[in-house]
Amino acid sequence: MATEVAGAHGHDEPDHLAPYLSPEAGRGIKGWLLTLDHKRIGLMYLVSTLLAFFMGGVFALLVRLELFAPGRTIMSAEYYNRAFTLHGAIMVFLFIIPAVPGALGNFVLPIMLGTKDVAFPRLNLLSFYVYLFGATFALYSIISGSVDTGWTFYTPYSTTSNTSVVSMVLGAFILGFSSILTGLNFIVTIHKLRAPGLHWKRLPLFVWGTYATSIIQVLATPVLAITLLLLAAERTFGLGIFDPALGGDPILFQHFFWFYSHPAVYIMIVPGMAVASELFATFSRRAIFGYFAIAMSSLGLALVGFLVWGHHMYTSGQSEFATTLFAALTMLVAIPSGVKVFNWTATLYKGSIVLTTPMLYALSFLILFTIGGLTGLFVGALSVDIHLHDTYFVVAHFHYVMMGGTVMAFVGGILYWWPKMTGKLYDESLAKKGWFFVFVGFNTTFLIQFIMGSKGMPRRYYDYLPQFETYHKISTVGSWLLLVGFLLTAWALIKSIRSGEKSPPNPWGSAGFEWQGTESPPVMQNFRVTPTITRGPYDYHLCSDEELFDGFPEDAEK
Amino acid sequence: MASAHADSEHAEHAGHGDHPPYLAHHFDTPEQQFDSAKLGMWVFIVTEILMFGGLFVAYLIYKGQEPAIFIEAHNRLDWKMGSVNTIVLLFSSLTAALAVRSSQLGKKNETTMWLTITILCALAFLGIKYVEYSHKFHDGLLPGRFFTAHLPEHAHNGHVLPQRASMFFALYFMMTGLHGLHVVIGMSILGWVLVRNHRGQFSPEYFTPVEIGALYWHLVDLVWIYLFPLVYLVG
Amino acid sequence: METMQLPPQWSTFARQTDWLFYFIYWLSVVLFVGIIGVALYFVWKYRRQPGVKAEPTGHATVLEITWTVSPLALLAFLFHMGFRGYIDMTVAPADAMEIRVRAKKWAWDFEYPNGGHSNVLHVPVNRPVRLTLSSEDVIHSLYIPAFRVKKDAVPGYYTTMWFEATQVGETDLFCAEYCGAAVGTTEVSEGDPPVGREGNRRHVGHFSMITKVRIHTMADYNTFLESILRPPVDPATGREATPEKWGEILYRAQQCNTCHSTDGGAMTGPTWRGLFGRQRQFTDGTSATADANYIRQSILQPNSKVVQGFNGVMPSFAGTLRDNQVDAIIAYIRTLN
Repeated sequence: MATEVAGAHGHDEPDHLAPYLSPEAGRGIKGWLLTLDHKRIGLMYLVSTLLAFFMGGVFALLVRLELFAPGRTIMSAEYYNRAFTLHGAIMVFLFIIPAVPGALGNFVLPIMLGTKDVAFPRLNLLSFYVYLFGATFALYSIISGSVDTGWTFYTPYSTTSNTSVVSMVLGAFILGFSSILTGLNFIVTIHKLRAPGLHWKRLPLFVWGTYATSIIQVLATPVLAITLLLLAAERTFGLGIFDPALGGDPILFQHFFWFYSHPAVYIMIVPGMAVASELFATFSRRAIFGYFAIAMSSLGLALVGFLVWGHHMYTSGQSEFATTLFAALTMLVAIPSGVKVFNWTATLYKGSIVLTTPMLYALSFLILFTIGGLTGLFVGALSVDIHLHDTYFVVAHFHYVMMGGTVMAFVGGILYWWPKMTGKLYDESLAKKGWFFVFVGFNTTFLIQFIMGSKGMPRRYYDYLPQFETYHKISTVGSWLLLVGFLLTAWALIKSIRSGEKSPPNPWGSAGFEWQGTESPPVMQNFRVTPTITRGPYDYHLCSDEELFDGFPEDAEK
Repeated sequence: MASAHADSEHAEHAGHGDHPPYLAHHFDTPEQQFDSAKLGMWVFIVTEILMFGGLFVAYLIYKGQEPAIFIEAHNRLDWKMGSVNTIVLLFSSLTAALAVRSSQLGKKNETTMWLTITILCALAFLGIKYVEYSHKFHDGLLPGRFFTAHLPEHAHNGHVLPQRASMFFALYFMMTGLHGLHVVIGMSILGWVLVRNHRGQFSPEYFTPVEIGALYWHLVDLVWIYLFPLVYLVG
Repeated sequence: METMQLPPQWSTFARQTDWLFYFIYWLSVVLFVGIIGVALYFVWKYRRQPGVKAEPTGHATVLEITWTVSPLALLAFLFHMGFRGYIDMTVAPADAMEIRVRAKKWAWDFEYPNGGHSNVLHVPVNRPVRLTLSSEDVIHSLYIPAFRVKKDAVPGYYTTMWFEATQVGETDLFCAEYCGAAVGTTEVSEGDPPVGREGNRRHVGHFSMITKVRIHTMADYNTFLESILRPPVDPATGREATPEKWGEILYRAQQCNTCHSTDGGAMTGPTWRGLFGRQRQFTDGTSATADANYIRQSILQPNSKVVQGFNGVMPSFAGTLRDNQVDAIIAYIRTLN
C-alpha cells in the first residue's frame, strides 16, 4: 500500500543518516507531527501516554484523598463516582493499553528486528492520530458532564445514567481502532521485515511478547468495538439490546465486554512481561533461561486469555455450568504465568547481576507480579471468589498485576531505553530514590487493600463503615508516597533532557540487537547498513568484551 | 549483532537509484512489500470478521430466546430484494477478481472497466438497500423506541407484530447498517484504486492496491453471504 | 471466629470457604517466600563482581517440564475445592424458608412469606433461607461478608441464593455492584447507615445501600414476622403509631427521603412540603390536583405522570407497600401542608 515516491533528496526529504532527533531528520513541528519514523511516533506516544498516566493518577489521588476520612472529605458522592470512573477509563484505555506497545514497542521493535521501520509507517502515524482523536472524545466527556458508570460501562446503569456516556464510549471505540492498527502493523512487521539471519528462534523476547499482544489486540478489540457501538446505539436510539424492558439482556453486555476486556488484561500485562525479560537478561548478563518456554507462554496467555472471560461473572447470574467451566479454565492461566516467573528467577542464577534502576524495576515487577498472580488463585477459586468478588481484594489484585506488573516494567523499560531514545544518560541515584518511593508507596497503598477486601469492604464505595477507616488511611498515605516516587522519577528524566551526559551507544553493555548495531540516538534509518544477524539476542557468551563493556568501564579494565 | 555486512545492495544511502518508484524506503524487495500489504489486509479482515461475529452471536442468542417472534419478524423482510442484492454482490466480487487479473496482466483499460462495474454493483446494492429501508421506515419496523409496527395501522395482512419484535429490527438495522457502511468504505477504496489505475500507476510488477482493494471487497461480500441467509432466509 | 483476614464465620458456608482461603493463603506465602527468597538470594550471591563473568545459560528440560506440569495437580485441587463450596452455595435445601428481595436505587426491600416487608433482613438462626432477588432499575448485588455469600440482582432476571446462619446477632449487608449515587444530599435521620455524612446531611448512593442482617432465634423470628403486619409501636405512647406517624416512619424506612424532601427543596423528586392539594403540571402537558388518588398512583405507578422539571426515575412501590401503608404515607403528606 505504501507508495512513497522516491527521488533525489529534496529539502523536505529527511536525511536517513542523520540522528533521528536532529533537525536534518525532520524539521520543526512538521517534522514531528507528519513524521513517518517509528522512533518519533514512539516518542509522541510516550509523551501522550505519560500525560494520560498523569491525568489518571490525579484522579486516583483524588479518590484516595476522599477516602482518607469517613464522610465527605473533598467531594460529593456524584463527583467521587466520576473520579473513579475517569481514573479507570483513562488508565485502561488511554494509558496502559497503548503505553508499552505504542511507546516502547514503536521505538524498539523495528530496531530489534534490524529493519528501518514498521511495515506500514503511514498506518502507524494514523494509529497515533486515531489515538489522539479517541482521546479527545474521552476527554470531551469529562467537560461535558463527565461519566459515572465505572470503566466497565455495565448496562443498564450505563444506558440510564444521565452523564456523558456516549462520548466516553465512542472514545473507547475509536481508541480500540488505534490499538488494532498498531497490532496489525506489528504482526506484519514481525512476519515480513526481519533482518537477514533473524529467524524466529532468535527473536528477542520483547518481540515475542509484542507479537502475542498484537494477536490479542487484533482478535479481541473488534468485539469491544461492536459492544460499545451497540451501547452507544442503545443510548441514542433506544435499541433495547441490553435493556430487559425491551427483551434485551444486561448480562449479554457483560459477556461481550469481558470477551474483550479479559484478553485486554493480557494486552496490558504481556508487554510488561516482555520488557521484564529484556531487563533480566541485560542486567544478569546472561541468556534468558527457558527462552522458548517464555516465548510460548506469551502465546499461551494470549490463547487462554480468550477462554476465561466468564470468571468476572461468578455472581452475575450466568448459569452454574458456565461458571464452573470458566473456573476450571481460569486455573490454566496460572501455568504460563508461573513458567515465566520460574524462568526469570532461574535467569538470575549464576549471572552477573547489576542493580541499576531498570533492574530494580524488573525485580519489583517480579515481586509484585508474583503477589498479583498468587492472589489470582484466591479469586480464581470459585467459593472464595463469591466472598471476594467486587471487594477491595479484587482492586488490590488487579493493581498488583497492572500497576505492580505493567507499570513497573514500563517505567523500567523507559529508563532502560532512555539513553537510546534521547542519547542522554540520567541520574541513577535520583532515579533510585524515585524507585524506592514507588516501591514502598505502592505496597503501602495496595497490600492493605487485600485485608480490607477480605474483611468485606466492597469496591467503588464513596464512604465506608467505621471498621475500615484505618485501612483506608494507610492506603491513602501510600498513594502520597507513590506520588513522591513518580515525581522524583519524572524529575530524573527532565534533568536528563536538560543536562544529561551524552550516552555511549551501549551504556548498559547489553547484547541486545537494539544496543549493538545502532548509535544513541539511532540514525533515521536505524542502521547505517542493514545488519545480518548471526546469533541470538542474549548470547552474552558469544559477545566480545568490546561489544559489551561500553557502559561499565571497570569491567573493561579487567 | 555480531556482523553487519556492507553489501552495496543494502547500503541504503547509495541504493535509492535502483529502487523502483513504488518501492517504499524500508522494504528490500517489491515481493516483501507486496506480501506485507497482503498479510496486513488479511489480518484486518480477521478483525472485521470478529467485529461482525459479535453481532451474529447476539443475533443467534436472541433468536434462541424468541424463535417464534424472530420468524414472524423476518417474514417482514423482502427476501426477493435480498436475493437480488446477493447476486449483485457475488457478481461484483467476480468483477473485482477480474480487475486484479487484468491489472496483473497490465491491461489498464480492462482493469478500469472491471473496477467501474464493481463500483456500479456496489451502488446498485445500496440503491436496493435504500428501497428496503424506506419500506421498513414506512411500516414502523424500526428498532427500540421507534418501533411502531405493533400498532393496528401497521397491520400486515391483518396481523400485527408484537412489541418484542423490535429486537429483531434492532439487530437487523445494526447488522445491515454496519455492512452498508462497509459497502461505502469498500466503494471508496475501489474508487481510489480506479483513479490510480487511470493515472497509470500500476503494472504487472506493481498492482498491490488493486489486490488489496479487491480483498477488502471480498470481505464485504463474505459478510453478506452469512448475513443474508441468517436474517432473510432462516429468520 | 474472626481472624486477621476474614470476618466472623456466621454461616454454614464460612468454614469451608475460609479453609480454602487459608489454604491458598499459606500456599501463597510458601510459594512467594520460596520464589522471591531464591531470586533475592541470587541477586545478592551473583551480584556483579570484577573479573567474574556470568555463566552461559544451559538447558534443564526436566526442570522446565516439572514446573510447567506439576502445578496442574495443585490447580486441579484448588478448582475442586472451590467447586465443592460453590455447588453447596448453589443448591438450596428443599425446606429452605423463602424471602423475596427487591433491590432498587438505593434500598433493599425484603418481603417475607406472610406478605410483610422490611428494609433490614431478618432471618432465623439454624434454618436454611433462600433469597430470590430481582432489581427494579440497575444491577445490584447482595453481599453478606459474615455469611460469605454474594449474588447480583439483575433487572429482567430472578437470581437466587441461600444460606444458613449459625449465630444470633447482627451483621452488615452491602450492595457489591456499583449502582450510582443520588444528586445532592438528604437529611440524616435515625436508622440511616453511618456513611456519606456531610454535617447533618448525608450523601446517598451505592455505598449507602448498606443495611443489617438480624439473626433471631426461631421464637423471636416469629414475633418479628407478626410485628411487620401492624403499624410499629410508638415508644413514646406505648401504643401502635397513628397513621401520620407511621407514614413518617415509612418515609424514612422506605427511603422516600433519598429523593423527596419535606422542607420544600427539590431533590431527585419533588418536595412533599405543601404537596397535598396543589395543582401539578406534567411533562406530557396535562395537569391534575394532588389529591389522595393522585398520590396513591404516584406511589404505585410513579412514571405514569411525571411532574415537569423532573425525570421519570422513581421505582414503583406496588407490591412493596400494603394498602394501609400507602394510606399512612398519604396521611403523613397531608400533615406537611
